[in-house]
Amino acid sequence: MHSVQKIIARNKLADGIFVVLGLLALSIGIGTLLALIVDLALHGAPRLSWQFFTSFPSRFADKAGILSAWVGTCMVMLVTAACAVPLGIAAGTYLEEYAPKHWVTDIIEINIANLAGVPSIVYGLMALGLFIYQFNLGQTVLTAGLTLGLLILPMVIIATRESVRSIPRNIREAVYALGGTQWQSIRDHVLPYSMGGILTGVIIAMSRAIGESAPVITIGALTFIAFLPPAPLQAVPPFVSFEWITSPYTVMPIQMFNWVSRPQEAFQANAAAAGLVLLLMTLLMNGIAIYLRYRFRKRIKW
Amino acid sequence: MQAQRISRQILGGVALLAVMLSAHAAGTIIKIDGSSTVYPITEAVAEEFQKEGKGKIQVTVGISGTGGGLKKFCRGEIDIANASRPILAKEMEACKKAGFDGTSVISGPRIGPNGVEYIELPVAFDALTVVVNPKNDWIKEFKVEELKKMWEPAAQGKITKWNQVNPAWPDAPLKLFGAGSDSGTFDYFTDAINGKEKASRGDYTASEDDNVLVQGVSQDVNAIGYFGLAYYVENKGKLKAVPIIAKGATKAVEPSLGTVMAGTYQPLARPIFIYVNAKSMAKPEVKAFVTFYLKNATKLVKEVGYVPLGEQHYDQALKNFNSKKLGTGFAGKNEVGVLLDELLKREGKL
Repeated sequence: MHSVQKIIARNKLADGIFVVLGLLALSIGIGTLLALIVDLALHGAPRLSWQFFTSFPSRFADKAGILSAWVGTCMVMLVTAACAVPLGIAAGTYLEEYAPKHWVTDIIEINIANLAGVPSIVYGLMALGLFIYQFNLGQTVLTAGLTLGLLILPMVIIATRESVRSIPRNIREAVYALGGTQWQSIRDHVLPYSMGGILTGVIIAMSRAIGESAPVITIGALTFIAFLPPAPLQAVPPFVSFEWITSPYTVMPIQMFNWVSRPQEAFQANAAAAGLVLLLMTLLMNGIAIYLRYRFRKRIKW
Repeated sequence: MQAQRISRQILGGVALLAVMLSAHAAGTIIKIDGSSTVYPITEAVAEEFQKEGKGKIQVTVGISGTGGGLKKFCRGEIDIANASRPILAKEMEACKKAGFDGTSVISGPRIGPNGVEYIELPVAFDALTVVVNPKNDWIKEFKVEELKKMWEPAAQGKITKWNQVNPAWPDAPLKLFGAGSDSGTFDYFTDAINGKEKASRGDYTASEDDNVLVQGVSQDVNAIGYFGLAYYVENKGKLKAVPIIAKGATKAVEPSLGTVMAGTYQPLARPIFIYVNAKSMAKPEVKAFVTFYLKNATKLVKEVGYVPLGEQHYDQALKNFNSKKLGTGFAGKNEVGVLLDELLKREGKL
């Protein structure tokens, strides 16, 4: 009797120790993050104003702003999404639904998983050789979008495969039983049901791309640019213009980096404010991901 | 029916793509790239220039470093290169070869039959400043020889205490902070102090971000570091700049606007440059920009914390520009303690 009590007491102690350790581990992670955000907010918040969002970079810290940077980031993200999402979803669906399972697809799978872990600078170097020197696309929004698109493509493919795989087999079999083709089952059932998971993956991949600076520096994002690309919508026919994708650009992380390295202390506050905005942009995107997942889950009726 | 709709959509897409690509050709953008040291000046000029022209002419400035900028420049990708050191022999060679592909000459908007030709224009001084902690009470001045003793490659692992450099100094650890080996600052400092470019000891705290060096020196009594004058001027309260006694000189000279402009702060003051593509000069907006640059440099250079050249130097540079004086006055290698009056009149070499 006594020994059982002893064993229980010992196990409880171990339990308690693990809880404390776990809490410690958690607080290290959360604590650093919080300290970082609070520090950023304290330094940067005073600079956040309408003027900061609507001004171009300047040599005077208090007149400088992030207009060209946030517009550039948004445009690059648009191209990134337009390139990575259709490619990624199509590739992921094919791999999961159509591709025969043998050693070739095994190799492809391993490579895609590896590609997701390749350092981003490698993508930058590849893009420099391919998009800029080979295809002559220049240092444009298009190049940056394609580069970041390639960077997140493996992540989109993996996310697509994971969510397509989670759709039960019998849904597909029901379609076949009714005489539907494989494409019909994918178009009308598999993809709509897995869309929540796919979009979450896409947006998390995009939030990684938004903070990337190494590959965009290699492919020539500019630091000073005091004009905006041509607007995508125009008053004269043909109303829609794609000129903006051939425009030079800068992005938020580069603007931040430039300010950090300036001698004047006032620029540090600008850098912190830009960091805060970047953080908010990422949070916003993650928020959208959560919302979309919730919406799509609700629509699934089985 | 559906196939038809899809093919129509594809056709529409192709048409859109064509419109988009044809629209690319127009636009007056002046493209500038290169050194991060020259960047603040060019940024200031670009900012004012665009304000003046109400944004009609667009200017972009990138930071690829002096070497990266000149590489793009010699491929004819940009109009102006920012450079914190003169163009080197191998870069001159690359400029000459631009456009030559085997036997045929490919000409581009910025490439002529002789490759990329250029005009070298000094725009400001960059004065390297040696700093110590303000609580350091034993350093009043440095001889170049003493600095060399601290920084030369042979010092690595051996010179670790202040009194090893000069017995009069205390028996305290010597903490060195300096530029990272990719920067033009590093090249010039090693050239001016150690007598050979890129020859430096490696066991010191190196950073490409000068603010890191400022932090390091300001927090350690035993620290010594070097970086551009602007970083000292902005952090005067946290640092002490040390006057330098040049080789063979007897008087120590402190780094300041006056001493650098007078040419007495030696050997750590250097001119920094812009290189203008000669073919781009034919474009009125580039010509207007460079003229604006040289005419407003005195004021703008001071505003960003650098030391301007004398008015007579800007005038002479503008004359050189207008008369299209091609080539570099350095013949492809770095030079310590160059005098501008003489440099601007040298025969240019391409």
